[in-house]
Amino acid sequence: MTRMRLTTKPETEQPLPDIDMSTHLGELPLVNPILTASGCAAAGRELDQFFDITTIGGIVTKSVMQNPRSGRPTPRMAETPSGMLNSIGLQGPGVDSFIERDLAWLHERGATTVVSIAGGSVEEFAKVAGKLRMATGVSGIEVNISCPNVESRGEVFACDPVAAAEVVSAVRRSTTPGVPVFVKLSPDVTDIVSVAHAVVEAGADGLSMINTTLGMVINTDTMRPALAGITGGLSGPAIRPMAVRCVWQVHQAMPEVPILGMGGIRTGLDALEFILAGASAVSIGTVIFHDPSSPARIRDELARAVAERGFASLNDAIGYAHREPDIELEPQGPAFVEFDEALEDSESSADL
Amino acid sequence: MAVQVKGEVLDIRRIGSYFNLSMVAPGIAEHARPGHFVALNVGGDSSSLLLRRAFSIYRTEQRGVYGGTVDIVFSIAGPGTAWLADRQRHDPIDIVGPLGRPFVLPAEPVPCVLIGGGYGAAPLFTLAEKLRERGCRVDFVLGASTEDRLFGALEGKRMSQSIAITTEDGSLGERGRVTDVLPRIIERSDSAVLYACGPMGMLQAVAKTAERYGIHSQCAVEESMACGVGVCMTCVMPVIGDDGQTRMVRSCVEGPVFRGDRVRWSEVGTVPDDTIGSIAWTQATNDSLFAASAPVAVEEDLPVDGEDAFVEASDADDEGSAS
Repeated sequence: MTRMRLTTKPETEQPLPDIDMSTHLGELPLVNPILTASGCAAAGRELDQFFDITTIGGIVTKSVMQNPRSGRPTPRMAETPSGMLNSIGLQGPGVDSFIERDLAWLHERGATTVVSIAGGSVEEFAKVAGKLRMATGVSGIEVNISCPNVESRGEVFACDPVAAAEVVSAVRRSTTPGVPVFVKLSPDVTDIVSVAHAVVEAGADGLSMINTTLGMVINTDTMRPALAGITGGLSGPAIRPMAVRCVWQVHQAMPEVPILGMGGIRTGLDALEFILAGASAVSIGTVIFHDPSSPARIRDELARAVAERGFASLNDAIGYAHREPDIELEPQGPAFVEFDEALEDSESSADL
Repeated sequence: MAVQVKGEVLDIRRIGSYFNLSMVAPGIAEHARPGHFVALNVGGDSSSLLLRRAFSIYRTEQRGVYGGTVDIVFSIAGPGTAWLADRQRHDPIDIVGPLGRPFVLPAEPVPCVLIGGGYGAAPLFTLAEKLRERGCRVDFVLGASTEDRLFGALEGKRMSQSIAITTEDGSLGERGRVTDVLPRIIERSDSAVLYACGPMGMLQAVAKTAERYGIHSQCAVEESMACGVGVCMTCVMPVIGDDGQTRMVRSCVEGPVFRGDRVRWSEVGTVPDDTIGSIAWTQATNDSLFAASAPVAVEEDLPVDGEDAFVEASDADDEGSAS
């Protein structure tokens, strides 16, 4: 006889805690701190099948440039331990088509949309931002400065604080005041704090951290690079400690600057790490490929995790890991005595 | 519309060099059409293997109160498929599906040849059923490198007018490749459509054969994917749209089934110069822009199929809406 257990029933979950999870990215209020990461959610439409995209803080769209772009040849992807390498090459429809199709859909759908923009020159960044200024439905701008500067032998803007600052001030000037401009920083720099300073001085309202870090895989069958683009951006849980470190360092140096944290977030507790390190909100990236409904799951897991730790609101948890060290216990505290006894016990048993 | 479900392993068994995995997948089986695929998580909840594995659906069944079941066929190609092969009855499994665009069915009861390479044959059997329901003659051509890599020969025989088998080592059927025998079948049955699923080289050869005979081909491609749902942009191929323009399209959402004459087979793995948005195209467009200063109309995601004589499988249902 065939007996089947059915595991497809919705798991009986604890009701969500009644806790204020709202947050801000600069002047942009968010219902909760969960966004998608640029390049991992396209323009939201595909993911709306798996969860209601209006129930998360926002959608950060795939970086859009001035013109349509085919991107790089395949293979564009290689799986790595707890992560992946990608080398897409900013494939996209161009800003006009993006506004007409993707942004219009997101606006109609009622999603909060942060538009990621990219460019090969300061001028292109400014033009894309200028087009978006005329469009409806842009709640924020994320500036992807991890692209090669065609005017500087292909050096990426993110690794050159002067060029990065030029991009940021041009975008800030071309963007409606009150629409926050966040700048996405690369971890592939010697001192991320100095880049952060440069872009904030140039007018950035906040920082997104981190972009992928450059990596490479050799295919041991073909004995050639696994990616057509040779190198690729490493993402996923593999880079999470690096991302938390970047958020920590920048928040410590500039606690007043809002941070959108990202890099390998897979669970609510992962997201909490970024919040505790100083992020006001977080983006969910590579794990979406693994679990397309993960932004909604992580939203709920984070709410529970924040409530369980006794915070009255998400806001109280932001940067909490930077607090003063706890006051040391007096030596005659009961815990100390117990510890002493335990020691004696183990010593006596060792004597036997 | 795809769903993500926590499914359960119903059964797993070996077939030659392959594994047949049956899963309880409510909400997926009911909506799957021939050519659709599913994307599975591998390695458990804390797996270091993050990317989904995509498999075309071999068959689906409705099983009473438990909801539908979905079967896939795979071979062990790495740690992810090795993990899948290790599953036991009742193990949970995270399934997303049905994904992609299915095979398009002919409106008229025309003769069709179904060509499968290795376990690529898996989606062809439900397709054969649908075609036969519409009164189409079905001939099968199945090929593999060796006999143990052949899939579904008996099943194919049962549901077809004829079946031809090729193996590269001659261990079963004719020694050679599917395209060696294909012209003979097309000529004998006066075929109007070729349906194919298998390695890229085989699909290219099938598409070429179809063009030579002036008939249609529908090819289900295998491209490596990270997500399967259209967000990662890793599974792109150069495909010609209805407007004659080439775009890098996602094989997960605009495929996996393409018209054979629309895929630029010999340029898969490259970005042809005339692709919209390529470096050369951008250069040329900028030059003409400066000359004419006219905006470039660009439309993404144009449907690449949509031949009049064909009916979208999703519209067709069982009632023969074709006329």
